[in-house]
Amino acid sequence: MNTQTVSASAARAYKSDVKPVWCPGCGDFTVLSAITKAFAELGLPPEQVAVVSGIGCSSRIPAYLNTYGFHGVHGRATALATGLKLARPDLTVVVASGDGDGFSIGGNHFLHACRRNVDLTYIVMDNRVYGMTKGQPSPTTEPDWDNALTPGGTGLRAFNPLVIALASGANFIARGFSGDPVGTARLIVEAIETPGFSFVEVLSPCVTFRPDQRDWRNAVRPAPVQPTGDIGAAARRLMTDDGFNLGVLYVGSRTPYQTHRTAAPVSPSEIEQQFAV
Amino acid sequence: MSEDSAEFGNVSIALTGSGGAGVITAGAMLLDAAARAGCYGMFVRSSGPQIRGGEAAALIRLSMQPVEAQDDVFHLLVGLDWHNIERFAVELPLAANSLVIADPANGPPPEVIIETGARIVEVPLKDMAKAVPNGRPNMVALGLIAGLTGLPEETLQAALAKVLEGKGEKALQASLAAALAGLATSAGLEFDRRLPAATGHEKSRWQISGNQAAGLGAIRGGVRFVAAYPITPATEILEWLAAGLAKVGGALVQAEDELASINMIIGASYGGTPALTATSGPGLALMTESIGLAVASEVPIVVIDVMRGGPSTGIPTKSEQSDLNIALFGLHGDAPHIVVAPASIGDCVFTANWAVHLAESLQVPALVLSDQFLGQSRAIIDQPADLAFATQRLTVETVGDGYRRYALAAGGVSPMAIPGTPGGQYTAEGLEHTPRGMPSSQVTDHVAQLDKRRDKILGFDYGDHWAQITEDVDSDLAIITWGSTAGPVREALNRLRAGGRTFRLIVPRLLAPASPQRMAAALRGVKRALVIEQSHSAQFFHYLRGYFDLPCPADSYHRPGPLPFRPGELVEQIANWSAA
Ligand SMILES: Cc1ncc(C[n+]2csc(CCOP(=O)(O)OP(=O)(O)O)c2C)c(N)n1
Ligand code: SF4
Repeated sequence: MNTQTVSASAARAYKSDVKPVWCPGCGDFTVLSAITKAFAELGLPPEQVAVVSGIGCSSRIPAYLNTYGFHGVHGRATALATGLKLARPDLTVVVASGDGDGFSIGGNHFLHACRRNVDLTYIVMDNRVYGMTKGQPSPTTEPDWDNALTPGGTGLRAFNPLVIALASGANFIARGFSGDPVGTARLIVEAIETPGFSFVEVLSPCVTFRPDQRDWRNAVRPAPVQPTGDIGAAARRLMTDDGFNLGVLYVGSRTPYQTHRTAAPVSPSEIEQQFAV
Repeated sequence: MSEDSAEFGNVSIALTGSGGAGVITAGAMLLDAAARAGCYGMFVRSSGPQIRGGEAAALIRLSMQPVEAQDDVFHLLVGLDWHNIERFAVELPLAANSLVIADPANGPPPEVIIETGARIVEVPLKDMAKAVPNGRPNMVALGLIAGLTGLPEETLQAALAKVLEGKGEKALQASLAAALAGLATSAGLEFDRRLPAATGHEKSRWQISGNQAAGLGAIRGGVRFVAAYPITPATEILEWLAAGLAKVGGALVQAEDELASINMIIGASYGGTPALTATSGPGLALMTESIGLAVASEVPIVVIDVMRGGPSTGIPTKSEQSDLNIALFGLHGDAPHIVVAPASIGDCVFTANWAVHLAESLQVPALVLSDQFLGQSRAIIDQPADLAFATQRLTVETVGDGYRRYALAAGGVSPMAIPGTPGGQYTAEGLEHTPRGMPSSQVTDHVAQLDKRRDKILGFDYGDHWAQITEDVDSDLAIITWGSTAGPVREALNRLRAGGRTFRLIVPRLLAPASPQRMAAALRGVKRALVIEQSHSAQFFHYLRGYFDLPCPADSYHRPGPLPFRPGELVEQIANWSAA
């Protein structure tokens, strides 16, 4: 089965009956659809999947899915998901964030999640704005974007999450666009199938606070290159990329981090012998 | 200063030296030899601000009775050298009948030592060590101390063999020869604090630190996942658990910071594995937002805070009971949770175990307030009882349609679906929510869920574990204290009892939820109470006054760290208070 042929009803089975709070036209609707399509294509039993998120419009996703979910605090989703996956390697664990959640307040965890390379799929819905708090700049916002909190713009260079992910050790790096749910679902399938930490940035317009992002549909294009496993080539590609190339941009071969569990555990009363006088 | 307890057989020894002199190694060997000789004891290490190589002191108290505090004075001080001794002087009280062993190779002892009036005897430790091939002065000192305190030679040999196991036969023989030289010299010295020979004991004993004890309690309670970020003085819990968990089939992860570690354990516990982190004040402060998440999403977790001097980075290596307020009140919103505190080193096993039981049973965060004194001191204790709690999380095995994670069940605890359970899919939610777990800002949902989270904690039967109530239950004067302060208080009360004055002692283990009714029952018949704690602002006293509705007038004796409470100080305070 591929993404095109997965039946709409199979995908819909992963949706809950909760109505999203999102503004009409928000990019996150189609990201939600892409995620359900990907789960359907992989045929994952919903009870074997957990979707963990932080805080933000995008982080509302778990409630809209019929899988297990955790809607935690702002910025800590990758850490919570790391604990869950290490304790329960049998589950498929997907993390969902916004660009503020993932790169600003959660920036340190992003670095270390990439570096730790636990088998997680991290989907960041990047709208280059704080949607939930009504329109402040995020680390990926253009320096001259005018807003009430930083009039005239931040004057700060935008953060390049894909480069950071590569430098920090992420094993799979891709970019999707919410206007292309089929392509995005394909990326999510590959991300889940690739062992280790997979990072998928999904350009997902905030139609309310960034109406200019409606133009993204004209800006995006399939990356003119094939996925690479060559970290040097990937670095050059990501450093020179204008942020609108879609597709799998890097696939590494790092072994995922796992905690070792002994197959022959002893009882606590055995280990306490070390204290006996 | 205070009544002496020499009749019990009781001696306090300080061994000081600069970095690399090996005083800590020698101190550990001395405690081990004493344990083999049938003594109780406690070993406190004190070091200067240098990370490594600074001056250090091994503070050891040996007794034929259980030891829970440092004594008022040191009866024996052995100085391998006097490097920076001024920094320790205040921690090393000496009396006129104390014996100071000074090595003439270091020149005359410094003024801070001489002015105590203690008897100073010169022993050429360095020269004696030089006379033994590869001999070291710390081993000469160890043998000397063992001889002066009456520890049998074979216990010394066994302790050396254990510590030097794997260092080779030559190293062992050199150390042994140096120690025996010290032992021989002790025979010519006058010292009146020799311990009597032990007569054998029924209960088996352990040698353990509070940090190890807390780790063991956690494992006994079923913890199999730990995530943490290193911090003094909690790190030993983590290092012990890293090895311990590997043996029992669990795992420890070093997180990038405390924000991560607390969230990692929430994730692991959500996945069904009992989980814990350990930290100190600065780390606890970082964790508080997410502890609130665990309250709201009803995920059981255990957080051990090994308290140190605060605020801010404060005094990392010294004890204080000043994180009580943040543990009780540091969470935003109305966030009921459990706070417990161990009342001794041995009790760290029980309290950590109990904390896991409470967290799992009630699906809440349980905070354990240990401190540097309990955590980093090593003691010889009677083997703690293994109280097996039937730690059980209420879970669902099979679920029909319409599973409601946050259902308003009687008693407040609602069954939790562990990921993997078909039909149990739900979203654990930090937003206020409906019984199904859907975000809600409705007043009915908010009040119902607040009530649920409060009622499950208030309605639980904590049994007699809530406090240790000891000493004279008929007395109409009560002392209320908590945590590591209970040790020196107990010793002070023993001394006062010998003088015919008795007090009721109440040491609550369960600090939150507040238990005014249990406290009122414990105080029945009491006319006045004195609250003792190591906090500059009397946090415990104000908490008791505000939340426990004490049925009798209460006074406070409180002071901050870094100096430990000594029994004599408390005897004086309690005696003055009771006479007033
Ligand atoms: C500790 C904390 N600080 C601030 C907030 C307020 N807050 C909620 S969402 C958010 C930003 C969300 O932006 P982003 O992650 O980009 O997600 P979006 O809403 O755009 O999808 C902020 C600052 C919070 N919830 N918690
Ligand atoms: S504010 Fe923006 S990001 Fe949030 S729901 Fe509306 S369109 Fe989407």
